[in-house]
Amino acid sequence: ATGDKGGRVVIFQREQENKSRPHSRGEYNVYSTFQSHEPEFDYLKSLEIEEKINKIRWLPQQNAAHFLLSTNDKTIKLWKISERDKRAEGYNLKDEDGRLRDPFRITALRVPILKPMDLMVEASPRRIFANAHTYHINSISVNSDHETYLSADDLRINLWHLEITDRSFNIVDIKPANMEELTEVITAAEFHPHHCNVFVYSSSKGTIRLCDMRSSALCDRHSKFFEEPEDPSSRSFFSEIISSISDVKFSHSGRYMMTRDYLSVKVWDLNMENRPVETYQVHEYLRSKLCSLYENDCIFDKFECCWNGSDSAIMTGSYNNFFRMFDRNTRRDITLEASRESSKPRAILKPRKVCTGGKRKKDEISVDSLDFNKKILHTAWHPMENIIAVAATNNLYIFQDKIN
Amino acid sequence: MFASVRSSGSRLPSSVELNGSQELEAPASLRCHDLWTCSPLVPECRLWDPVHMFLTPVVPDWPFYNLDTMFVRGLKRKCFDGEEDIEGTLAGIKAIPSYNLQRQSLLDMSLVKLQLCHMLVEPNLCRSVLIANTVRQIQEEMTQDGTWQMINTQSTGQASLDRLVSTDILCRSSREQAEGKHVPGYTTYNKDFEGDQAQDSSETMSTASSVQVPRNLQSNVWEMENPQENKGNFQKSLDQIFETLENKSPNSVEDLFSEVDNSYYDLDTMLTGMMSNSKMGHCDGLETFSSPTATASNSNCKSDLNELDHIVEILVES
Repeated sequence: ATGDKGGRVVIFQREQENKSRPHSRGEYNVYSTFQSHEPEFDYLKSLEIEEKINKIRWLPQQNAAHFLLSTNDKTIKLWKISERDKRAEGYNLKDEDGRLRDPFRITALRVPILKPMDLMVEASPRRIFANAHTYHINSISVNSDHETYLSADDLRINLWHLEITDRSFNIVDIKPANMEELTEVITAAEFHPHHCNVFVYSSSKGTIRLCDMRSSALCDRHSKFFEEPEDPSSRSFFSEIISSISDVKFSHSGRYMMTRDYLSVKVWDLNMENRPVETYQVHEYLRSKLCSLYENDCIFDKFECCWNGSDSAIMTGSYNNFFRMFDRNTRRDITLEASRESSKPRAILKPRKVCTGGKRKKDEISVDSLDFNKKILHTAWHPMENIIAVAATNNLYIFQDKIN
Repeated sequence: MFASVRSSGSRLPSSVELNGSQELEAPASLRCHDLWTCSPLVPECRLWDPVHMFLTPVVPDWPFYNLDTMFVRGLKRKCFDGEEDIEGTLAGIKAIPSYNLQRQSLLDMSLVKLQLCHMLVEPNLCRSVLIANTVRQIQEEMTQDGTWQMINTQSTGQASLDRLVSTDILCRSSREQAEGKHVPGYTTYNKDFEGDQAQDSSETMSTASSVQVPRNLQSNVWEMENPQENKGNFQKSLDQIFETLENKSPNSVEDLFSEVDNSYYDLDTMLTGMMSNSKMGHCDGLETFSSPTATASNSNCKSDLNELDHIVEILVES
């Protein structure tokens, strides 16, 4: 599923495999499109509430319908996406075209028959969780108990029950009594994949706090505190900004978590708080350009990251429609581009390289030619297969492993 | 001297770097000279020029044309091309990318960023906090450097380095007049308003004048153009503001403020650090002035004196 700035959610579904080409996986096509959020106006503050979708999270599937949570800055909605491929015909009280039949005309009763029809996908909002956040929601995360979820804004994290919309519990509040003293905000939060009482949240100062909801009702005091000591030799005015964590994701195993800051991705072992176990540089060549990236605001871009199904690889986006993949076992990394020119259907992606030195080799791109308007902020990896979805500005690219 | 600025470490650091202060040691007079007579100050003024600001996109097209025009050649090279030959930057005093100048430009840029938030949609709190922290960091460093000439020691209890400061180029030039020497840098804005009253008139005036960045933005441009003529009037107006602020009772201010939960979004209050004391009344008046009309007023940098009278009117009446 993808969410866009206009508040629309588009769901893609993989088609059945083509029988004539048994080894090729099916393609993804649009399955459903619906308007999730509309722009609103907060009359109290005289400010517009954007309809832009900030996050989408699927719920684990429990029946034929699909459920997902989508959120904009202020409101979270639970959507049910269901299929309808049968239609009932032969109603007693209604005509075929829907008009009510005159009761006196009904002389006999019949049982309606289900007839097949063209597949129709319906999306309906089942719950609307509103008015719980003063600040902009940046994360939602469904708990492993499949009953609760959390929503995080800049200063608070709330716990919801999926069935209850008029109440939520505040579990983290870092708002200072005096807003002048505010120096740190929450940037991302996620529940542990297996332990339903554990969640983490990251901050703009590059720290991650792990909280256990069993310890107290308000989890302002963390159970674990993850922070890498700063390297004094690379300190600059931008150190804090680039250390701000834009995304945090648990591994599927639940043993590790990954954080994305501006220039790197770090893998943390939950048992070790003082430093990450692995650090991968995403686009280190930008370090000398921080001044300009600060000026054009690119330094505030929030990139996401994701694990593959087996936690052996991680992926994150960069600029110029580049995205990077790191193999944790072989320590190899690759840079690929998501663009129309380089992505003919079925064509194999060519690895790209950014040239940092003086001499530019053929096929390399120099740092100055990178297009910083083409940024890949959102990527996703199929939980079981090697299929990835990469969101460029206006296009969604879906890539898969080359099948022999 | 300046040669030592860039020689530390094998890996060339990013453009603006927090070096140990001993590496930046230069005679104070030389530093001041840099800021006041070097030509970079003129293009830097363009950053403040509201007309220019709105004619050109705030987000410049790649690659960094804005910084290109602002900085001298040496500075530009330092900013973007860390790997290039840095000896070229020492070609002369004028070509030296003064660390102070760099830092000040960064401070200016940050303050402008804080100013230019979308008025229709709520600004991004994370971004604002990060920029504010950067500003604070620069301020702290400038304080430690001694660039900050006006560190108030009377109210040391309140003089926490966590206070945000506002640009005060006006103050600089006016103090320069009062004290007869060039003084670069910004003034600390002390939250303990009462402590300032004991100071000499130039200091109090400058403290009061550092109440709001947007006004100073306009005033700065205006000041550059007609320093002599308007200074006297401005001083008088500021004295009036000062009196008004003294009389404002803290209670009403807090009442005003208690209902506003997202006060952090109010950049004026944030920048001036006036939230918890009597200056709130002043800020209140100014915020109504600056926030909705920022766009309009910015485009007319020459009518500042009239607007200043207007501010004073609002304050006196409130």
